[in-house]
Amino acid sequence: MASRALPPPYKDIEDLVRVERLPTIWCPGCGIGIVFKTLLKAIKEYGDDIDRHVIVSGIGCAGRFAGYVRLDGYHVLHGRAIPFAVGLKLSKPQLEVTVVSGDGDIVGIGGNHFIHAARRNHDINVVLINNLVYGMTGGQLAPTTPLGARTMTSPYGNIEHPVNIPLLASAAGATYVARWSVFHVEQMKRSFLKMFKHKGFSVIEIISPCVIYARRNRMEILDMYELLRKMCKVKQNPDPREGEIDIVSGKPVVLGEFVSIEKPTYESLYSELVEKVRKNE
Amino acid sequence: MMGTKLIEPGKHFLTGNVAVAEAALLAGCRFYAGYPITPSSDLMHHIAARMVEVGGVFIQAEDEIAAINMILGASAAGLKAMTATSGPGFSLMEEGLDLGFMLELPAVIVNVQRVGPSTGIPTLGSQGDVMQAIWGSHGDRASVVYAPSNPQECFSFTIEAFNAAETLRMPVFILSDEFVAHSYGKVVVPDHSEIRIVERRRLDESSIGKALPFKVDDTVPPFAEPGKGFRFHYTGLMHDDRGYPVIDKEVTRKLLSRLMRKIEKHRNALVQYTVLDEDFAGSTMVVVYGSIYSIARTAYRRDREFRRRVAVFRPHVLWPMPDRELRSLVKELGIDKVIVVEMNMGQYMYMVRSALLDLGVRVEQLNLTPGFYPSPNELKEMVSKVMERG
Repeated sequence: MASRALPPPYKDIEDLVRVERLPTIWCPGCGIGIVFKTLLKAIKEYGDDIDRHVIVSGIGCAGRFAGYVRLDGYHVLHGRAIPFAVGLKLSKPQLEVTVVSGDGDIVGIGGNHFIHAARRNHDINVVLINNLVYGMTGGQLAPTTPLGARTMTSPYGNIEHPVNIPLLASAAGATYVARWSVFHVEQMKRSFLKMFKHKGFSVIEIISPCVIYARRNRMEILDMYELLRKMCKVKQNPDPREGEIDIVSGKPVVLGEFVSIEKPTYESLYSELVEKVRKNE
Repeated sequence: MMGTKLIEPGKHFLTGNVAVAEAALLAGCRFYAGYPITPSSDLMHHIAARMVEVGGVFIQAEDEIAAINMILGASAAGLKAMTATSGPGFSLMEEGLDLGFMLELPAVIVNVQRVGPSTGIPTLGSQGDVMQAIWGSHGDRASVVYAPSNPQECFSFTIEAFNAAETLRMPVFILSDEFVAHSYGKVVVPDHSEIRIVERRRLDESSIGKALPFKVDDTVPPFAEPGKGFRFHYTGLMHDDRGYPVIDKEVTRKLLSRLMRKIEKHRNALVQYTVLDEDFAGSTMVVVYGSIYSIARTAYRRDREFRRRVAVFRPHVLWPMPDRELRSLVKELGIDKVIVVEMNMGQYMYMVRSALLDLGVRVEQLNLTPGFYPSPNELKEMVSKVMERG
């Protein structure tokens, strides 16, 4: 196969990219590439044994993430990346397991797993790329689609209240919850580094402009970037209740670290339990 | 009772469900994820305590979909993994089973059958999930389906199921039912050194950088443990030897035929059956499996006249089907009528019928009402009636 070289800004992460698979399936203008580059940079910068990192993705545009990363990676079922990742982590705790997938995959079809993995505080990472729509399948309504937004299945405007991901994650028990956008690359990278270090269930939501969403809402993709850039507002330790996204009526999209707390993980409690039971035998 | 150790050699008195759980631990299962459902829950109760004692992982999943995906993740990490469920839960797992088949992940799935469809009768057994276990799939999937008829077989078939899963790198099924699962029976555990335990073939770390995840001369590629530096990609999409998704006629044909060929290649090692034909002087054969076999066997043992009139063919493994063996037996014994006795509205019967299609043998069905087990005598009467139908 022809080996392709990446342009200079990507040289430092080239060994983590399956360059022979390029170009990606992502549309020109898609925000996922920014998350891709930033996560790989964070993995490099984290400095630990890189082979400990495992990427698990579900289905959708963001679900293709694992397939372009040159690490052990699993592209599994729609909505089921989290339970697969939990199985991996519990079986091999030395792995640094990161789920990268989309909003529809993680909080739509996979919502139940998201809630319960957060509740148990599994020591895994979830990077949730939120593009506000089901992009790969042609632009249908997602659980994150803002009120009033047009999609192929809400042609007259969405009448469903969207999910507030930071609020859902924190209520379910996630111990590190942050939200950034593709404009906030430095903050995103710092959050990724924190996430690797954090013991417990980490959720990092990245607001990412989608070509398909823009088209359905009669915008050029650059207009969508401009719209999001204007609406994103970084706050210090924001309340998860401020996490609601209502871009159609012009409310700001709040970014920042919503939750950062310590709580015993399922993995640590389980290994303590095994030790205790086996000692008493 | 059993401490941190594995079940000791010797005689035990166990239920079918407990026999499955203990055999799994003995076979090396160190990961169990499950969701409670009658009549499989007591298997989960037993393993919830025992798995901790042996230092493995037990987790109660949020639903059956999570359970199957967790055990696939565990298998991907290199552990032997199992879940147990019943019909409705098995239906929820189907998508995951196909992922396991595509990613070539060994796992054992126990379906303790109950009466369906839908919620049916949760507390009573049936054999209604035979079709589901063998054919329940989107796209083509091969299956290995064990059907134990008593606690002793629950024990030995579970060890074989783990061995088959490891050998073939695919999910393997144990189709028991409420009757087998909750019956107590004698279970003889052989000396551990006499039990054959198979471990999947693994890639050596010296092959890092050279090996590909799905490149294989034969049918089953060696397994690579994550975190070692292989940096393999796995996808449920149709993929090439590198594990990369491709839309290509040749790649599709090659992958699908290799996955399906796993069974054919190992067929002779997998196929197992019992024939009862002592005193046989008739021309009728009864095909029966699982819990109903244990009832039929009692009827057969008790009555010499019945033994003269019928031969019994009983597959231990429903799939791959012992079809060639059944055909040659039908010819050898001069059988003109085969009666498939099963506790459903007719499922395995179709497979028996197609196996014997060109032999000019009549294949009749005797369908027992799901949930309501006949006594050996009642079963004998029912078989006699079908025989008399001419």
